[in-house]
Amino acid sequence: MKNRTFFWFILPSLVAMILFIALPIGSVFIQSLYIEHGAVLKEVKSCGPFGCKDELQIDVVATSQLKQEKPLGKFNGFGTYTNRNHLAVNEVRDAWGSSPNWKIYFSKVYNLPFYRALAFTLTYTFLVTPLVLILGFCIALAVNSLPKKLKGPTIFVSLLPMIVTPLIGSLILFWMIDSKGILGASLQWLFEDPNLSLKASPTLTWIMLIIYGVWHSAPFAFIVFYAGLQTVPSETIEAAMIDGASRWERTRYVILPHLVPLIVFISLIQLMDNFRVFEPIVGFSAQASATSLSWIIYNDLAGGEGTFFGSAGATSVLTILGVAVLLIPVLIRTWNDFNRKAA
Amino acid sequence: MFLKKVMVAGAFIMLGNTAMAGCGISSGNVNVLSNDFPAIQAVTAGASTCAGDGVTVKTNLTKDHKDIMVAALTANPAEYTSVITSNSTLVTLMNDGLVRSLDDLVAKHGGGLNPSQMVTVDGKIMAVAFMANAQHLFSRSDILEKAGVSSIPATYEDVLAAAKAIKSAGLMDYPVALNTKAGWNLGEEFINMYMGTGGDFFKPGTAEVAVNNAHGVATLNMLKSLVAYSNPDYLTYDSNATQAEWEAGNLALATMWGSRGGAVMDGEGSSEAVESSTVLSSAPTWGNNARPASTLWWDGISISSNISDEDAEATFIAMMHGISPDVIKANNAAAVWLGKGYTPSKASAGVSATAAGGAAPYPMLPFMGTLHSALGSEISDFLQGSESAEQALSDIEAAYTAAATEKGFLQ
Repeated sequence: MKNRTFFWFILPSLVAMILFIALPIGSVFIQSLYIEHGAVLKEVKSCGPFGCKDELQIDVVATSQLKQEKPLGKFNGFGTYTNRNHLAVNEVRDAWGSSPNWKIYFSKVYNLPFYRALAFTLTYTFLVTPLVLILGFCIALAVNSLPKKLKGPTIFVSLLPMIVTPLIGSLILFWMIDSKGILGASLQWLFEDPNLSLKASPTLTWIMLIIYGVWHSAPFAFIVFYAGLQTVPSETIEAAMIDGASRWERTRYVILPHLVPLIVFISLIQLMDNFRVFEPIVGFSAQASATSLSWIIYNDLAGGEGTFFGSAGATSVLTILGVAVLLIPVLIRTWNDFNRKAA
Repeated sequence: MFLKKVMVAGAFIMLGNTAMAGCGISSGNVNVLSNDFPAIQAVTAGASTCAGDGVTVKTNLTKDHKDIMVAALTANPAEYTSVITSNSTLVTLMNDGLVRSLDDLVAKHGGGLNPSQMVTVDGKIMAVAFMANAQHLFSRSDILEKAGVSSIPATYEDVLAAAKAIKSAGLMDYPVALNTKAGWNLGEEFINMYMGTGGDFFKPGTAEVAVNNAHGVATLNMLKSLVAYSNPDYLTYDSNATQAEWEAGNLALATMWGSRGGAVMDGEGSSEAVESSTVLSSAPTWGNNARPASTLWWDGISISSNISDEDAEATFIAMMHGISPDVIKANNAAAVWLGKGYTPSKASAGVSATAAGGAAPYPMLPFMGTLHSALGSEISDFLQGSESAEQALSDIEAAYTAAATEKGFLQ
């Protein structure tokens, strides 16, 4: 393709990408460098149905003048990134100096909100992604060997967890694992422990969220692998059978190598998806035991009283950087494959 | 003859029309944003009767009102002409100058209001409160009796003793509940309990937090003692969950919102035994202090800044109809109303007792919300036993300081 033709060909998607991806990310980054103007406070008398009190209030006139002059706020550089609620540079350094051993150091760092969220996000990503690959592959193999009549209904049922909206799916499970719900009560009966509660302990909450993640995403891997299985050449399989390869050996040496591009594809999508885990934390009301980077952003924007645009922007930029770092190995692999094929 | 009939009929129709727009508004747009619970539904329904002939009344009742109100009122003209606010949300709106002073409107149209309904800041009326709310104690008299507890607990020490008696009598494993869902609810429980110590949240005259002290430690320890008698899932319990548990008969002692009293006593969703033995009483005191460990809240009417004076007047008149004595009489049990026409009911006994006991209002400070958020996210570690009270308090202090700096409250 000529360069000129290529340019016109790519132009619409280039424009769309700049408008809907590059510009918003740019504006989020700029916002993350600013904090709000120093509030001009004055003590005034405020009264209500329950009596009067002298309280500090914002001097709206003085503050709005500041805002009009500089609507973005006060420039803070990377101050928001390094403060205690994000990368907590000073706190991490102090913890290093004051900790006698690694265990105490890690518990001090884990006490900081950003690192706590990062710990769960990474654990979730690195457990759910491989489990989804393995489970999806197993389901695909199983469905592929079913009689033709059963395949349709089985595929439909297997896809259900992915069809359900994540928030709804997690809310349904939230009530099922309640100590009075069907799963929660069964577990109590099974382990003969009437006090067993999946929602109470942080460890069990993490396990529950990870199981939910696998349950929700496995159908995606399954359907991609199942499609891939239809393209495995039957001649190669037959040749392997003639050579006396067992079912396991056929899977290991014929089918798996054939599906490698799909494994890369699913890993790529799943790494991105799992790194921004969010809905199950809200659905399971799990924020006491598990938070994620996306959850922090949500909490800054809509969680409590007031909104923190600078904080939300900083965490967003850090999340984007995190996704980029995660994807580098997969992208390098794809790039090498591409070059090999080109050569 | 026929013509006469037509004319009379026509006159009636015209009369009817003016009666429909009969709140005395000639024209204007009314658009109300608010939280969603029965008392507010009654108010907005009352205001909606003013619709007709040149006057439109629209309402948006949503639990997410807090998240959209600032953006919606910053626009010019504002998306909503009125927001039903409370102690905490009014400050957020005032911080950006998004609500107007109501002095002239109250002077012109507020003749029927009680003076205590006026919420004034720096001498200007910024909101008209119409109902009060507070968290207070709900007790099951039958369970207490069976456990040998003779009176309704008046202090949290009594609550703990009663809970122990109920548990050791084998009546319930988890008799106590508070709204302890991590986040806003848990933050509110800390604020309530800390209020009972009489301590200040901030150093006087500044935005510097002051909860990292002996009062704070005692507050955390009291909360921990209470949740020891709560269902292990307590960190997921919000006000809907505690109400459901109460109505299911799984609780004997709970601190819940006064506005839930009407719902618990409404003859629906619960058994006769639970309903007839539910007693609403003042929020308990604790630690030999006199002030009930609760915060008083009001809900009230505010009017946007960025709208025309005509719309503002129309909105104010319509909202006055929404909180008129007729509406209050028709919905007496739905809330503790502050306006004329209210007769105290059984469902409001707890809020009234808490207010009479001298509980303090939720602080109307610009930076209170920031502290509330920090509290909500930092104390669950302590309750779960993974850190000390001192560590939790210094975490709260650090989280608040970073957030308040970003908000411009601290330099």
